[in-house]
Amino acid sequence: MSAILQPVGTPPPVSPRQEQPGRESRRPRKPINTQFRTAVSPHQLNTTHGRIIYWTVLVVVVVSFTAAFVFPLYWMITGAMKSTEELNSIPPTFLPKHFSLDGYVQAWDLLELGKLLGNTALYAGGAWLLTIAFDVSAAYALSKLRPVLGKVVLALMLSTLMIPPLVIMLPAYLTVKDVPFFHWDLLNTPWAIWLPAAANGFNVFLLKRFFDSIPRELLEAAEIDGASPGRVLWSVVIPISRPILGVVSILTVVNVWRDFVWPLLVLPDSDKMSISIGIASLSSQMPQNVLVASLVIASIPTIVVFFIFQRHIMAGLTAGSLKG
Amino acid sequence: MTTASIPVANRRRRQPTKLRRAVRRNLTAYGFLCGALICFAFFSWYPMVRQVILSFQKTNFVDAPEWVGLKNFRTVFSDPAFAPAWINTAMFTLLALLCGYAIPFVTAIVLNELRHARAYLRFVVYLPVMLPPAVGVLLFQWFYNPDYGLFNQILSFFHLPGLQWLNSTSTALISLVIVSTWMNMGSGTLIYLAALQTIPSELYEAAELDGAGLFKRIRHITIPQTKLILLVMLLLQIVATMQVFIEPYLLTGGGPENSTVTVVYLMYQYAFNFGSLNAGNALGLMLMLVLMVFSAIYLRISRDNTV
Repeated sequence: MSAILQPVGTPPPVSPRQEQPGRESRRPRKPINTQFRTAVSPHQLNTTHGRIIYWTVLVVVVVSFTAAFVFPLYWMITGAMKSTEELNSIPPTFLPKHFSLDGYVQAWDLLELGKLLGNTALYAGGAWLLTIAFDVSAAYALSKLRPVLGKVVLALMLSTLMIPPLVIMLPAYLTVKDVPFFHWDLLNTPWAIWLPAAANGFNVFLLKRFFDSIPRELLEAAEIDGASPGRVLWSVVIPISRPILGVVSILTVVNVWRDFVWPLLVLPDSDKMSISIGIASLSSQMPQNVLVASLVIASIPTIVVFFIFQRHIMAGLTAGSLKG
Repeated sequence: MTTASIPVANRRRRQPTKLRRAVRRNLTAYGFLCGALICFAFFSWYPMVRQVILSFQKTNFVDAPEWVGLKNFRTVFSDPAFAPAWINTAMFTLLALLCGYAIPFVTAIVLNELRHARAYLRFVVYLPVMLPPAVGVLLFQWFYNPDYGLFNQILSFFHLPGLQWLNSTSTALISLVIVSTWMNMGSGTLIYLAALQTIPSELYEAAELDGAGLFKRIRHITIPQTKLILLVMLLLQIVATMQVFIEPYLLTGGGPENSTVTVVYLMYQYAFNFGSLNAGNALGLMLMLVLMVFSAIYLRISRDNTV
């Protein structure tokens, strides 16, 4: 639980020995902050020699990271502003010759990006609602109500973690095409995305582990006051579970938004496609600058989400891993 | 629930109340569970079972399914693309491990030493992970273009000959590995970084007093202290990369000359282009068994070591 609540960036507790106020730097330039002891010795780090190496490494890392991860994005954003001739010219132009957003406007119109984005938002939003409703109540039942066979149900849910969804994509596709007993055809309907998204063993695992850590006394107090289990879940459990609900929500929305293979199978109709599939299916027919512009537009939503919820996303990343 | 917290009025008629309460609690619990149970049953458990069944059947959804024994497996085995698919998947996994496993760990060790620009570097390394995979892959398709792609332009800037990238049997697979590493290394890096930050500083101090140099400290403290997470990530990454699909699907279509056809891609081809769904199922079952071995080891390790 603590691993979830703690943002990844939080430094480990500082050992009292190193908290000598004299060594802590107020101005970051001099001396290099050695508050957190890592593999490199703090004494060596603050020698002239050590400092030269440190600053060299820092500059090299910052430059190479920028080149590897930011430059491609820069190239993408500016590439969409260049004309086809300019894109093909050698040597390439670092800045577009004319500032124009025509590529973006064309991409928006030609690929009907508004519709694709709307579809994807619908899929992600519905998947989020269903996942929260089903997985939270399931985890609550398994953690606090502890029904007969609850352990078996949990084990079965966790067993789905062992089999990656891609591997069972064909039978899952057939199920969606013709749901057993009901004989519904869910292809090209949002349910084809929503219902399988709720069957997420990892979410149940995360939520149950968090609920397990809620002290019993808290729930019992509410029960004695006459609250029903549903009321306890709504008024006691959910309000204190905000951090984990945030993690699960973002994981769900981002996963649905980024997913490629499943929507490729179950949403073949071009009116129903999600943004990734829509762009991929039209990619070969588009002029390069229009295609690149559509890539930029498609990545804006997830990047914005990342800007806003960076901490939650990074917490979710380590939530499932070990605590050491 | 302890006896103390049961109200006095209830304690008098304890037996029947207890039973009734147990029944009611169970009913409520399954009421809460039913939504998730239905989703799991239809879209996870049933497909798993059906994967096995369909592998041994011939189904065309008009006539009743027919049991055909190992015929589907024989079909798959005799496919000339079968061996390349497994070899490419194994090669891809191996290369992706070499790049996608070592690079994030070394990056995390370096990042952990830096005292400046930490937030920037963490943010930037995770940016590609946030892009939809289709966007990342299509972006690299443009970069790989032999005529006007970014990579050949960079090579020509240094007066080096351009490469064919995706169009040549010798570079196609490694090109896919590069895309995959670029898109996925952020999560590994951040997980390692989080693990590195839990290493107690006393260990490094003690090692330093014992005269261990920087590389010795990394070898004898950093690596043993993160051994568990390294192992878990290794297994997770094997499972994730063995399912490679989107890169060959969007970039190469399995070509040139089957040099990038992978198991999941072949499975997709069987079902949706070759019209032989059951052969795809047979292939899927084989992959499922292989991945289950890795997943089982992973679950074992993580269960023994969490909570």
